Amino acid sequence: MERLRQMQSPRAWMMLGAAALIIGVFVPLVAPEYMVPLLGKFLCFGIAALAMDLVWGYAGILSLGHALFFALGGYGMGMYLMRVMAGEGVYRSNLPDFMVFLDWKRLPWYWHGFQSFPFAMVMSLAAPGLLALVFGYFMFRSRIRGVYLSIVTQALTYAATLFFFQNAAGFGGNNGLTDFKRILGASLHDPGTRKALYVASAIALFGTYLVCRFVVTSRLGRVVTAVRDAELKSRFCGYESTHFKLFIWTLSAMLCALAGALYVPQVGIINPSEMQPSNSIEMAIWVAVGGRGTLGGAVLGAWLVNGGKSWLTAALPSAWLYVLGALFVSVTLFLPDGLVGLGAKLTARIRSKLGTRADSPGSGPQTDSKPGPTTTPILSTPVGGVPPIHPAPPPS
Amino acid sequence: MSAIPVVSEVPIDTDHRPTPVSSAPIPEAARPPLALWVEGLSVTFDGFKALTDITLTLEKGELRCLIGPNGAGKTTLMDCITGKTRPTEGAVYLENRLTDLTKLSECRIAQLGIGRKFQRPTVFQGHTVYENCELALKGNKGVFHTLFARLKPADRTRIDEILELIGLKDHAKRQAGLLAHGQKQWLEIGMLLAQSPTVLLIDEPIAGMTHAETERTAELLRGLAGAHTVVVVEHDMEFVRSIARRVTVLHQGKVLAEGPMAQIQKDPRVVEVYLGE
Repeated sequence: MERLRQMQSPRAWMMLGAAALIIGVFVPLVAPEYMVPLLGKFLCFGIAALAMDLVWGYAGILSLGHALFFALGGYGMGMYLMRVMAGEGVYRSNLPDFMVFLDWKRLPWYWHGFQSFPFAMVMSLAAPGLLALVFGYFMFRSRIRGVYLSIVTQALTYAATLFFFQNAAGFGGNNGLTDFKRILGASLHDPGTRKALYVASAIALFGTYLVCRFVVTSRLGRVVTAVRDAELKSRFCGYESTHFKLFIWTLSAMLCALAGALYVPQVGIINPSEMQPSNSIEMAIWVAVGGRGTLGGAVLGAWLVNGGKSWLTAALPSAWLYVLGALFVSVTLFLPDGLVGLGAKLTARIRSKLGTRADSPGSGPQTDSKPGPTTTPILSTPVGGVPPIHPAPPPS
Repeated sequence: MSAIPVVSEVPIDTDHRPTPVSSAPIPEAARPPLALWVEGLSVTFDGFKALTDITLTLEKGELRCLIGPNGAGKTTLMDCITGKTRPTEGAVYLENRLTDLTKLSECRIAQLGIGRKFQRPTVFQGHTVYENCELALKGNKGVFHTLFARLKPADRTRIDEILELIGLKDHAKRQAGLLAHGQKQWLEIGMLLAQSPTVLLIDEPIAGMTHAETERTAELLRGLAGAHTVVVVEHDMEFVRSIARRVTVLHQGKVLAEGPMAQIQKDPRVVEVYLGE
């Protein structure tokens, strides 16, 4: 009980419950059918935003590799969806269509087992998790941080993109995996399946939120933030900072992979363009817009930016990238704490205008999980801050 | 000001001294057991000799001041003991343990019981004063343990004790980054105490403190010696005079002199390089 109160205030729990009811129950009942996959996609972006906020907002690690983890999770699910329709493809072959097209006779070894849903799900999370663990180990052990870390993770993502683009890699090359038919025996074109996928995404989103909230309000969460603010000091306090960063980084990568795995059956395709570095940067923008180190803000940011994207790419397609860039620059300059920070500032101002005492919303000594030095501007020193990154480059 | 309570008792073990690598003189058996043993430590940065063959022994419960002009190697010596800098040669031993600290990581050394306060006050800015103490608290500092760790009643009492001692009880819920400079210095000392180290290395504790705060710090440090072994690096000679029993003078990376303050002040070599300035 006490731990629940430490995680967030009773009011926040009530708001969370209400949001879960609306998003998980009310929306799927009333939303028009064509909207369901789009909304489900938004829920997946929300999960990815949470993962990004965990690693960036709380640990100060601006990863530009999260699109890769997202896509790897998606590929795991995609491989299951391809295998489960063996024999029903265009070529009526036991192999996925693109392999027949490439004149492959046998299934590559790493495709084995993916006809099983549990195996595919475990792999969807374990493979990106393992990659993050190994890559992160070397990265953190070499004390790479700040801008350099962003560059290294971006390079990793880029290298992976190039690899997945190759036909010989065995993941469908340029076209990726698509033309899925069924998931767990249910047709993907069936509205009921779509709704089920939407609800599964909603459950995953709220589960991810709770996991993240638990982690950031635990002592581990406080250590991670301490490492962000003063790594050397944390080491002199006896914490092996490398292990803490590695934990939060790997957890974040796996949550991001979960988002990718839920995303793929709802959009019906996964290809290497999903792991382009610009996608990672977009994730960073979601979090920056919503507010770093707030969790809820990150989800809000993801929805607002993507809502804007959906609307603007239909209304005025050529303007979107400029808007995105302008958004990032203006948030960086004027809203270092994002919309949540702005909201908090406004409430505080209204309260003081009304003459009421600005009481803190939290109750316990540790409820206030507001991150780090609130004065840290987005563009600051590599330690804890965020290196300057130019907004999304145009897609090639 | 209230008397300084002894914060924690360090059990005095029987003396198992490490066998020194070289044939440096072994202190007589009659002396109190050692807390720290620095043996032939040398550090070279790109050909520059920051430390040359430093041998230093600290007795348990001692309060030692380390002085010397700028560039004498005081901070480098601290860095070597705490694992931040790897020495080119030599070893550091803690108490009766036979492990060479220079082979261990910073966090392992901290867990073994060496606490360090930096020259510039370094606290976790984003956390409250209370949380800063919680994070410093002695205990299991592994990843999975901290994920589920809760503060035990004994921990809370201990933190309250420390907050009382460092005079920040009323600021427990304040963000550490918002504290005044002197308060941050105190918080950092409080965090050191929470770690309950056997050896405390304190780099310029009174920098930026007011006169009253300085006096209180001197009182605190004197109170800590005995239960802890304390090493203080300080430039303020007045302050050193007020707390030190034994003083080690470093000059150009070497131990120039060592002894009681009164004797050191008369040493013509020390006067020449440092005190006479």
